[in-house]
Amino acid sequence: MPFRDVRADFPILTREAREGGRLTYLDSAATSHQPADVLRAQEEFVRLHYGAVGRGAHLLAEEATEAFEAARSAVAGFVGAGEGEIVWTGNATAAINLVASGMGAASQGIGGSESRGFALGAGDEIVVTESEHHANIIPWQVLARRTGAALRWIPVDDVGHLVLDGLDSIVNERTKVMAFQHASNVTGLIHPVGRLVDRARAVGALTVLDACQSVPHLPVDFAALGVDFAGFSGHKMLGPTGIGALYGRRGLLDALPPSVYGGSTIKTVTMTETTWLGAPARFEAGSQPVVQAIGLAAAARYLSALGMTQVAAHDERLANRLRTGVSSIEGVRLLGPIGGGSDPVLGLAAFTVEGVHPHDVGQVLDDAGIAVRVGHHCAQPLHARLGAQSSTRASAQVYTSDDDIDRLLEALSGVRRYFAPKGAS
Amino acid sequence: MSGLEQMYQQVIIDHARERHGFGLDSPAGARIGESHQVNPVCGDEIRLRVALDGERIAGVTWEGHGCSISQASVSVLHDLIEGTTLDEASELSSAFRALMDLRGDPPDPEIDDMLGDGSAFVGVGRYPARIKCALLGWMALKDALIQAQKETR
Repeated sequence: MPFRDVRADFPILTREAREGGRLTYLDSAATSHQPADVLRAQEEFVRLHYGAVGRGAHLLAEEATEAFEAARSAVAGFVGAGEGEIVWTGNATAAINLVASGMGAASQGIGGSESRGFALGAGDEIVVTESEHHANIIPWQVLARRTGAALRWIPVDDVGHLVLDGLDSIVNERTKVMAFQHASNVTGLIHPVGRLVDRARAVGALTVLDACQSVPHLPVDFAALGVDFAGFSGHKMLGPTGIGALYGRRGLLDALPPSVYGGSTIKTVTMTETTWLGAPARFEAGSQPVVQAIGLAAAARYLSALGMTQVAAHDERLANRLRTGVSSIEGVRLLGPIGGGSDPVLGLAAFTVEGVHPHDVGQVLDDAGIAVRVGHHCAQPLHARLGAQSSTRASAQVYTSDDDIDRLLEALSGVRRYFAPKGAS
Repeated sequence: MSGLEQMYQQVIIDHARERHGFGLDSPAGARIGESHQVNPVCGDEIRLRVALDGERIAGVTWEGHGCSISQASVSVLHDLIEGTTLDEASELSSAFRALMDLRGDPPDPEIDDMLGDGSAFVGVGRYPARIKCALLGWMALKDALIQAQKETR
């Protein structure tokens, strides 16, 4: 272990599984659990400091505003963002949508001349990859439809790697924006962000990174990665649901038009015209998820205390145990490579079991106290490319141990037998 | 019996493998109705076709892919529904839906009798996430019967 056994920090992990016994939680790529520190931070804030943020002249309003902005600074520091570069959003999905919708608004002239750089039209191109989560495909499909721009994508090979041979033709001088994931929620593959960013920069395209799988497990510094925008979610990194963030380079965020409109975002409003504040205020219309922001900052502090380098080492070790183990079970196909070393992967494994539907796999595992995700994991194009209709996915977090992985592997070994015809071995 | 054993009774595992009524068929002279249903969570889908001969359901055939619960459920549906009248089919559908609401408790002997192999699905009621798997084919049946009744001949 690169750090102490932290299982005891997570209250929910002490509860029993469906048929009694230890709960083996391997669904952290869907949503992770919160340590007591994170729960306590939210409770303390609600008990002692809660009030309306950004308005009001009383003590609680003042303390709540201070805590809310301190949370923003803590989260910014965690991902290498500076002052004014973190916008609160509901989650990574909302962050990506904020950028795509903002570009759509700019294409209709909203935001005036300073937003013109975000406008698209016929002849322009948007690039995604075939490996994306639906949340990083659909907003761009819709933006293409709205603006007349064309949607192109970087294909993946039979294993799940991005095929970069044709990168220079796919990302070209017509490309206005390129959106891609840092790591796949299906194959676990960590993509070569630097190479993609270099190409985008060479042609003057904006980059939007879906970082919701990477930020919980790797040291991530958006400024160092060189991306223009990035989104991530609190609930995958030991924080609460309902909170996430959009990172944007400051000069860009101040020029991107908002696409959700309301209070606290404006400089002036007349009956015919509105002028907006700079970032982040222009994007945070209406009351914000203040308690959740406090919780997310506490999660960032908790992970920082463990050390993200150590967290990544833990994840890498579990990835190897999990993926090697899964791929060595007869009749089980791991989606993606075993990976490791120069072919880095996250601590997750999506797999298919010959002759057994993922729902049935998940049910048998649940009976053994093991929680996994089943379905297409919101990545239907990638599943189709890899020749699977859906899959079962096990995923790790800091509280995942070797023992959890071994329990999964043991239960998984018995799944095919469970559904085999009676009398067969 | 654990919840898992109650859900995956041998009769269900057998039906999931045998898939009675698999392969779409359109007998001549019957009123045909068809329905395509998808479970958006997992991408499972079914295409179910009924052939109506007057008030009698002469044929129930289907194609699709899905988990053992959804596949077995349509297989049992085929056995139960083929040859019944519209009224009987409606009664069987209601009984099957009611079975899902029992949360694993045994059904009344009358319902148990009526559903035959279908009663084996009682264990599914303990797993709310799986009820829609068991109902996928039944939803397709309801829709297909409506379509068939719109046909004039």
